[in-house]
Amino acid sequence: MGDVAVVGFAQAPNVRRTHGTTNGVEMLVPIFQELYAATGLTNRDISFWCSGSSDYLAGRAFSFISAIDAIGAFPPITESHVEMDAAWALYEAWVKIKLGEADTALVYGFGKSSAGDLRRVLAMQLDPYVAAPLWPDSVALAGLQARLGIESGRWSEREMAEVAARSRSDAMNNPHAQLSGHVDVDELLAAPYLADPLRMHDCAPITDGASAVILASAERARELCENPAWITGIEHRVDSPAIGTRDLLASASTTASARAAGGVDGVTAAELHAPFSHQQILLREAIGLNGQTTVNPSGGVLAGNPMFSAGLSRIGEAASRVMRGQDQKVLGHATSGPLLQQNLICVMEGRDS
Amino acid sequence: MSKQPAAVLGVGQTNHTAKRLDVSMAGLCREAIDRAMIDAGVGWDDIDAVVIGKAPDLFEGVMMPELYLADALGARGKPLLRVHTAGSVGGSTANVAASLVQAGLHKRVLAVAWEKQSESNAMWALSIAVPFSMPVGAGAGGYFAPHVRSYIRRSGAPLHIGAMVAAKDRRNGATNPYAHLHQPDITVESVQASKMLWDPIRYDETCPSSDGACAMVIGDESAAAATGKQVAWIHATAMRSEPTTFAGRDQVNPKAGRDAAAALWKQAGITDPLREIDAAEIYVPFSWFEPMWLENLGFAEEGAGWKLTEAGETEQDGRLPVNASGGVLSSNPIGASGMLRFAEAARQVMGTADDHQVDGVRTALGHAYGGGSQFYAMWVLGQDKTPDDRKRAAR
Repeated sequence: MGDVAVVGFAQAPNVRRTHGTTNGVEMLVPIFQELYAATGLTNRDISFWCSGSSDYLAGRAFSFISAIDAIGAFPPITESHVEMDAAWALYEAWVKIKLGEADTALVYGFGKSSAGDLRRVLAMQLDPYVAAPLWPDSVALAGLQARLGIESGRWSEREMAEVAARSRSDAMNNPHAQLSGHVDVDELLAAPYLADPLRMHDCAPITDGASAVILASAERARELCENPAWITGIEHRVDSPAIGTRDLLASASTTASARAAGGVDGVTAAELHAPFSHQQILLREAIGLNGQTTVNPSGGVLAGNPMFSAGLSRIGEAASRVMRGQDQKVLGHATSGPLLQQNLICVMEGRDS
Repeated sequence: MSKQPAAVLGVGQTNHTAKRLDVSMAGLCREAIDRAMIDAGVGWDDIDAVVIGKAPDLFEGVMMPELYLADALGARGKPLLRVHTAGSVGGSTANVAASLVQAGLHKRVLAVAWEKQSESNAMWALSIAVPFSMPVGAGAGGYFAPHVRSYIRRSGAPLHIGAMVAAKDRRNGATNPYAHLHQPDITVESVQASKMLWDPIRYDETCPSSDGACAMVIGDESAAAATGKQVAWIHATAMRSEPTTFAGRDQVNPKAGRDAAAALWKQAGITDPLREIDAAEIYVPFSWFEPMWLENLGFAEEGAGWKLTEAGETEQDGRLPVNASGGVLSSNPIGASGMLRFAEAARQVMGTADDHQVDGVRTALGHAYGGGSQFYAMWVLGQDKTPDDRKRAAR
């Protein structure tokens, strides 16, 4: 089966609130144009389309249908959709190209978290008969995980604040970031708790946004991009939803995905989808990253967390470093579900032409 | 790039009914999964990945229920993908599952599609206005009735055609123990005497709202050989989408459906579908969609689909038996309905369709559509491993 590479990435500004409609498909049109301009492709040249989004975020059924209008899908297109972060749409598109059924794919994700009460909406991902009726929200659940880590000596509130401070300062190089700047760790630690032991800076901000990636086959990649980011391993796994039965200080699905994706030897930059500061520490260990790897040079999702495109953006941000010639081997990670339940690892490499 | 051969090794479905109060959503899925795995003769360790499909989350009121279902689906520690392409999703889910095997990534993939409509109110979920789009607010029937009227006007079809389809599918459904509706005594006249809902669509010409699930195991050549029985080889898959509305869109005979069918027949090496397909499971939620889709799929010229129906060619003993299982008109758990079409096509090919088995099926079609007739998924299955094998056998 043939090789597949990332040849383009674009994202909408990560903002607290867009003025667009409740599903935010308006954010897609400019980023599609940006990708067409960068690759020379038009919407007629794309042989497969795949998207990720959520009806519950938009508060109505079939929110992805409006995105078909944003594409300009006539004559008709070959298209599919996952009700997941668009990183999983990228997986489906990768399969399609590997099969030889497509030579280019445009993958996109979009979501408008500001349209509802995000913490309450995410509680609806829990077991609907037993857990969800109690409305344990996403921040409260993450607080339990953070507390467990602190009490077992795996991380401290200071180390968590250091992750947040580094995210903000790294994001100063990212024009799309929602939060950036130099912050003092002691000042962060002086802030009140949001959900003990989590403070505001430990939690990804509520963000509206969208992103898009173009994938291409071996035959097409080099004509579309000087330095394609070749996908050398992409794997995903899911863990049990029963939070009380799994080890919350490990991420078995992340570890298994990283191993199956071919390991992380030689990865010099990794973009991790860690919506809470302590989860970045947890994920680094689960993947097996050592001190040689730059983690979240974009600022990561603590600097902006557009739901349903944030995971795709991690792959896009990592790939961009290869496309720009900054790194030869990178890793993108995406997560979904309560407390890192579902995880995807995508390893990409540059190649000398 | 050559694809690996892939086949349906086993299928399972639930008993469909308006309210399955005896099972949770997880229990509903497991009923279908357990039957599919028994049919395929496999255990949990044999399953490498799970692909799940269902229609909007608002139908049950759970956000991304596949996350909560991960244990019940046997997906823990495995890849789990959730497909959502509106009413076509059951078909799309099967196609995506097939692609994972065809790409050589997995030996066996479990595909599951379900809907438990009784957990919420589907008509409410379907009626929330989309910004800048034409509000219909009349459910699916209100949206499709003008297209049906337009079809009747364009084709000159006599008004009893819709009733003929409804009577046929419901009679077929009466032979299917899994079907939601069993109406063995239904007649064209009784359908025509039923209440008018959305002119010209009458009550007995509409699908029910069902709880139900469908599952299948799709595997590669070695997995197929291990079953030691006739499997249903996947000869072609196709998916196409177009926008819901724009000036000039043909809503009666949408181009996305025609394009998908053309790609499907080409991939399956089929030049005359009416002659070469032995049984078809076509997504017909309102009776008039049988003649409409017969044209859209290329079984008949434009404007002539109703003639096949009127001549009885879509009956069990006709040239192209359509919906021998009773179809969507007999059971409609929306997210599962497309996969049920795909699975019933597999049963016909495997010769396991019990009382609604069509004689001598070597090749069958599974078809699904969704949204405002804008999302299409279809596949062709055969007893022979490849389309070339089929042609050699036919000579």
